[in-house]
Amino acid sequence: MASIKIRAKAKDGITTVKSLMSHPMETGLRKDSKTGEKIPAHHITEVTAEHNGNLVMTANWGGAISKNPYLSFKFKGGAAGDKIKISWVDNMGKSDSAEAAVK
Amino acid sequence: MNLLRRKFLKTATFVGAAVTVGTGVLVPQRALAAYAKAAFEAKDVSGALTASMGSDQHSASDAIKLKAPDIAENGAVVPVTVSSTMGNVEAISIVATGNNQPLTSTYALTPACEPFVSTRIKMGKTSDVIAVVKADGKLYSTTKEVKVTIGGCGG
Repeated sequence: MASIKIRAKAKDGITTVKSLMSHPMETGLRKDSKTGEKIPAHHITEVTAEHNGNLVMTANWGGAISKNPYLSFKFKGGAAGDKIKISWVDNMGKSDSAEAAVK
Repeated sequence: MNLLRRKFLKTATFVGAAVTVGTGVLVPQRALAAYAKAAFEAKDVSGALTASMGSDQHSASDAIKLKAPDIAENGAVVPVTVSSTMGNVEAISIVATGNNQPLTSTYALTPACEPFVSTRIKMGKTSDVIAVVKADGKLYSTTKEVKVTIGGCGG
């Protein structure tokens, strides 16, 4: 299941990575309007980004990140063809990762 | 009485988290970035920052740029971008003060990273958004108020 889209572009020695993940990002505070019961929390807790296998950044997220999260970051270095890997883990133990090449 | 007890329990959790972070210093980077559950469950800003960044003491700084809309028509999707001209930025946290759980996210940056993070957050109501940046072990912040219109049609 590829739930992550990645775009990475190198320019002037800095690589900008933009990514979109598809995830419901339930806070656990919302109530079902019909039953009045709380919808259990289901959100991404950790996102890691790697550049050619080296860890670049780790993001810790709570439920207050929007549904289908967007994340962008920059790092020094990187050249066309380099591999960017983004992985996430959610609070239910699910995980996913995707890889893309820098343009 | 009951409230006091809750508050005590909460504080106890934070102290616990702080100790965990403290012992993590000897372990490499990965362990430092361990998921701080207490930080996200904290109901107030200082608790959230203490658990996520190690302290709630932060000073305002012009070297941090926080880009967020003045008025967010849809509180479920508020684009926020944090960037900084500081060196040695280790971590960035984004806090929405009006949220039930104010801490939205924390980013642990390696030295290769530029101090730049952009994402979209949820906001329950009009409140301040605080970008907290940890550089050289100190915390700096920039605050911006974002008005949230519930109807989604402006006004």
